[in-house]
Amino acid sequence: MEKILSIIFIYILVDNFVLQRFFGICPFLGVSRKLETAIGMSMAVVFVMTMATLVTWLLNSFILTPFNLAYLQIVTFILVIASLVQLVETMLRKISPTLYQGLGIFLPLITTNCAVMAVALLAVRQEFILIEAIVFGISASLGFSLALIIMAGIRERLELAAIPGPFRGSAITLITAGILSLAFLGFKGMLTL
Amino acid sequence: MKQGSVYLQDISRGIVKENPVFRLLLGMCPVLGVTAYLINGIGMGLAATVVLIASNVVIASLKDYIPTRVRIPCFIVVIATFVTIIEMMLKAYQPVLYEALGVFVPLIVVNCIILARAESFASKKPVLRSFFDGLGIGLGFTIALALLSLVREVFGQGTLFGPDPDKIIYVFGLNFEAMGLFAQPAGAFIALGLLLALTNVIFKKFKID
Repeated sequence: MEKILSIIFIYILVDNFVLQRFFGICPFLGVSRKLETAIGMSMAVVFVMTMATLVTWLLNSFILTPFNLAYLQIVTFILVIASLVQLVETMLRKISPTLYQGLGIFLPLITTNCAVMAVALLAVRQEFILIEAIVFGISASLGFSLALIIMAGIRERLELAAIPGPFRGSAITLITAGILSLAFLGFKGMLTL
Repeated sequence: MKQGSVYLQDISRGIVKENPVFRLLLGMCPVLGVTAYLINGIGMGLAATVVLIASNVVIASLKDYIPTRVRIPCFIVVIATFVTIIEMMLKAYQPVLYEALGVFVPLIVVNCIILARAESFASKKPVLRSFFDGLGIGLGFTIALALLSLVREVFGQGTLFGPDPDKIIYVFGLNFEAMGLFAQPAGAFIALGLLLALTNVIFKKFKID
């Protein structure tokens, strides 16, 4: 129980996937322009990441490891993730066409979101048991959402600021992310696994 | 002569005009994640370059046989295969680098720049041009990684070619008090932001666009 709680705390705040580990930077920079799309993206990522950890963990423990196929990890994991993203895409198009439009190209790009692949690989590498792996997937994706939503809030304000020419666009976004990451540095060392 | 200049253009476009890091902002995770030391940055860049060239060549030669509707999964399987090969090679021949890059080696498979080149270039153009495109983009990526890790290592650690104790050089002498911020994750974001602003100024000055 204690380990579960510390996994939750560590991967949301201490070892935040985006701000401390640099996983999922592309969507973090790409879809953080508007709060609404950021929230939609977060929900899609939470779903994909949790499902991906669950499925890849099961595949790894019951098929890859017993048959000594560990070298196929990368290929199988990426195929699982790609199919999950396809599933989310089909569902979203049916349930919420507006959100589907808003996410645009970034929806299929969840496949190439390093955070999803990283969560699957790390769950295996850290030898988590099933329940820990699922909690790990959920908390890592919540950490991703937290960073994405805070960033979207800041960037909506940034639109109105007078920014020096060369810094306009992605440069100022990265520096803002740096300052945000500095704030999260305050949690460093509070807990380790 | 004319043929040769097309290839040269394919290479230089990847390095300058469509530099994956400074211009397109693609594949940023390893850019920020492994650049605490120069050696790691260059190693990561070269590993990605090899995968990029290999997948570009294979996809360009198979483009007539891959059905359009399932092309993305096909591309991903090709890329994943080469990443697996690179991972095994690094593990066998460069164990120190492999340890230092950690989970970012298998993560080359989800580096958007590789899939982006497969989709937008290799699946439409001839094999040889795809080869040079992969080379150019890969070099552009490596140069960007080298620049960022150079800044981060020199200021954040005060060293060069670390952390290997045999090759390490103390740039400012042993008593230098390093700017720890640049070694931290926050410093990676800030250093890259500053480099981006700098390239914006340079591009504007020489009117490259």
